[in-house]
Amino acid sequence: MRAAKWVLTTVVLLFLLAPLLVVAIVSINQNRYMDFPPEGFSFHWYAELFNDIGWRSAIQKSLTVATASAALAVAVATPFAYVLRAYRIRLSPLLYAVGILPFMLPPVISALGAQVFWNSTGHAGQIENVIIAHAVFFSTLPLITISLAMETMDPALPEAAQTLGASPRTTFRTITLPLLVPSMITGFAAAFVLSLNEYIIAYLVAGFSVETLPIKIFNSLRYGFTPTIAAVSVVFILIAASVFTLFAIFGNLLRFLGADPAILDRQP
Amino acid sequence: MTERRKPTRGTYLVLGVPLAFLGVFFLLPFGIMVATSFYHRIPGGFYEAGFELASWRRLFSGVFLERTGFSLLISLLAGGVCIVVAFPFTYFLSRMRRRPHVALLIVVMSALSLSEVIVGFTWSVLLGRAAGLSNIMVWLGLMDEARAYQPGFLAVLLGLCYIAFPYCVLTLYPSLSRLDREVTEAAQTLGASPWRTFWTVVVPISRPIIMAGFLLVFVFTLGSYLISAILGRPEHWTLSVFISDQASFNANVPFAAAMALFLTVLSLAMVGIVMLIESRTRGAA
Amino acid sequence: MEARGGLKLQGLVKRFGEVTAVAGVDLELPAGRLISFLGPSGCGKTTLLRMIAGLETPTKGRVFLDGEDITDRAPHTRDIGMVFQTLALFPHLSVGGNIGYGLRIRDVPKDQVSGRVEELLALVSLEGLADRRISQLSGGQRQRVATARALALQPRLFLLDEPLSALDANLREQLQVELRLLQQKLGITTIMVTHDQREALTMSDLVVVMQAGRVEQVGEPLAVYRRPATAFVARFIGSTNLLEGRATASGRVRLMDRELDVTDAPPMTEGERVVLSVRPEEAHLSVADRPAGNALPGTVVFVRDLGEFFECYVDCGLPDPVVVAGSPRERVGVSQGDRVTVQFPPEACVVVRA
Repeated sequence: MRAAKWVLTTVVLLFLLAPLLVVAIVSINQNRYMDFPPEGFSFHWYAELFNDIGWRSAIQKSLTVATASAALAVAVATPFAYVLRAYRIRLSPLLYAVGILPFMLPPVISALGAQVFWNSTGHAGQIENVIIAHAVFFSTLPLITISLAMETMDPALPEAAQTLGASPRTTFRTITLPLLVPSMITGFAAAFVLSLNEYIIAYLVAGFSVETLPIKIFNSLRYGFTPTIAAVSVVFILIAASVFTLFAIFGNLLRFLGADPAILDRQP
Repeated sequence: MTERRKPTRGTYLVLGVPLAFLGVFFLLPFGIMVATSFYHRIPGGFYEAGFELASWRRLFSGVFLERTGFSLLISLLAGGVCIVVAFPFTYFLSRMRRRPHVALLIVVMSALSLSEVIVGFTWSVLLGRAAGLSNIMVWLGLMDEARAYQPGFLAVLLGLCYIAFPYCVLTLYPSLSRLDREVTEAAQTLGASPWRTFWTVVVPISRPIIMAGFLLVFVFTLGSYLISAILGRPEHWTLSVFISDQASFNANVPFAAAMALFLTVLSLAMVGIVMLIESRTRGAA
Repeated sequence: MEARGGLKLQGLVKRFGEVTAVAGVDLELPAGRLISFLGPSGCGKTTLLRMIAGLETPTKGRVFLDGEDITDRAPHTRDIGMVFQTLALFPHLSVGGNIGYGLRIRDVPKDQVSGRVEELLALVSLEGLADRRISQLSGGQRQRVATARALALQPRLFLLDEPLSALDANLREQLQVELRLLQQKLGITTIMVTHDQREALTMSDLVVVMQAGRVEQVGEPLAVYRRPATAFVARFIGSTNLLEGRATASGRVRLMDRELDVTDAPPMTEGERVVLSVRPEEAHLSVADRPAGNALPGTVVFVRDLGEFFECYVDCGLPDPVVVAGSPRERVGVSQGDRVTVQFPPEACVVVRA
């Protein structure tokens, strides 16, 4: 059993790391064409990433879309989640279902829907279309995180505020909203990261005029490969790994992922 | 015991704005897509308003049924492979000491944060003929010459598993890490080896979440686009790729719309089955 | 301090769908006193408190504070301070932030707020902790912060919902005394919900005993203890022996083949079923042949010698064994199986409603 445990863990570890390693090696390859064993090493593909205007534009577009759509997603989801949990609304389960529906369906459906919608308005190919389409698709994430936060909030907290003289509006502003901020940030972060990586919606909605990073990478794969793609990937990986390591050090990564803190403390 | 408050007129206004947003930018496009599925396709060009069932009839064509069958098959396989590997892996992970535990989780999360297009790219390299696994094997003397395993069925399956694996682990993790240590210890005091304990105690207890993990991967890969597009030939395309292809290059948007609606029904049916099974197992538990 | 905070509850009923939590309560409570709502879980005491606070709207009935009908007023317009069972301290605010919350939302100037916060911290013996985070406090400290926060605006009513239930036994007893002394010092009308009868007896001026949504008895602690009105009250507060018999023509109670004398018995009709409550510490063991007063012979079934007191369970032929309790000095030398007589004076018998 012990042996099986280590074999499995090693295999999975290699499986998960393999692409990361490949990409790292390719990104510092001297040559344009991939070969193995590699002929020489160079960091000039990273420089290319920041010098080439095509790549810079793609990164900038992706960041714009991600920031705007994640913010819009949170702006839409917050009042939605709050009202459904704090008030008696008829049909609230149905409304909640409508809220989570976009994300539950295969993305191609939202993508096609957005495409025919914007085509019919005559406002085709604009970056705002992508922002709105992403906001709708990813609004489910903050909706879920905020609803969960509302559900796990001690119901006595707003009551305590009321006994101290706070009107419902003041209670929301000074107590409920500040306590929802962490879940709003989590929702924003999730929507941001997913929007950054999203392909099919961005492509069908405005793929020819708004070239986001995933679209550019996909096009590069089809029409001509450069190791710059690998350089982009390595940057993404490093950012993500750093964020999670920081979280593990300063936050409580394990508790965040659902582990029971009591059980954890028992382990050496 | 807190009653939800009675909504005022202002409440409906606050609710109405996001609802209107979702209505206009999700429900309305969906409605337009339904209408579009009945439109007339102009060959070699766009489409015009009309009402015909040509696109819906094509749902019964061999091509479409083949794509649907393939999508279901590869999603089932991906679900099966993922859960068979992820479950024991997560179980061992949850029992590790803190340092390797956290380190492994960081690796899993880093894999999660890779975008699908990058995963497709890296596996295309790994399974290609120029700088991939087979090249390493040749270098090590274990193979005669390099081979390309992509584009191919195995490549698509591996890619899908890679994408879905971290999600599967994260779904299993909370329950497995909360699994009472004393339950397995009790089994061992009764004479069961770790191997037997795993199969006779851990797996049966975890049946609901095993099911949840499997269905998560299944539904998730059903909607996947990029892996199949990058790592597969047209015969390995999933429905999402096929629909997107019809919507962009072939410019047969009505047909794409009809297929998308079919896929919607299929996905909702899968989610419905998930919920049914979940409520059944919860009742039995 | 003039006594403000006189409460009148008139015909209060609260139904949650099919469930009736409060089935009709009428109470007039004096100002400036500590009153306990005491009862088992589900008896409606918390619901009653929440109706006073305005956190639940009564299905029927009215609430009056100092003569004013406040039934329709929202909780933030009532002049109350409340300590919740979960304490409900605001996690995103510091200790000072919590205590000063009520003042800050009324736009009281900052320096005045911090002055008052310091005052209140001194009142609950937590000086200098204004900048601490809530997560850094111990259970007892949190309780005190919740108390200080509730009293910050000098409310007319101080409401407490099982405030000490989350604390361990030693801390709980210490805080019971502290809270009581604080209340007496401020002279504030205080209503406390508890299921712990010892807590109620320790702290209260008045005890309201509740069961199944109704008030069983209202009275001063010792009065409720010595003269319980119903069998429920007799059993819930302290422990007791319940002896069931029939009234005789001469005003005595017939139990098996004995007739018992009862002091201050209410008028009874002959043959009427009567339940007597006799506290174990009022009963004694006797080995004499013909003991005086009310006496029941029996056999010792079990003895608990607990050092500071003992308990002796005697089977007298009744459905339940009769319990005799006393200090070690009164410990007659009996053991399991001995024949004894349980003796209790007429003053110790209380007629209770079954």
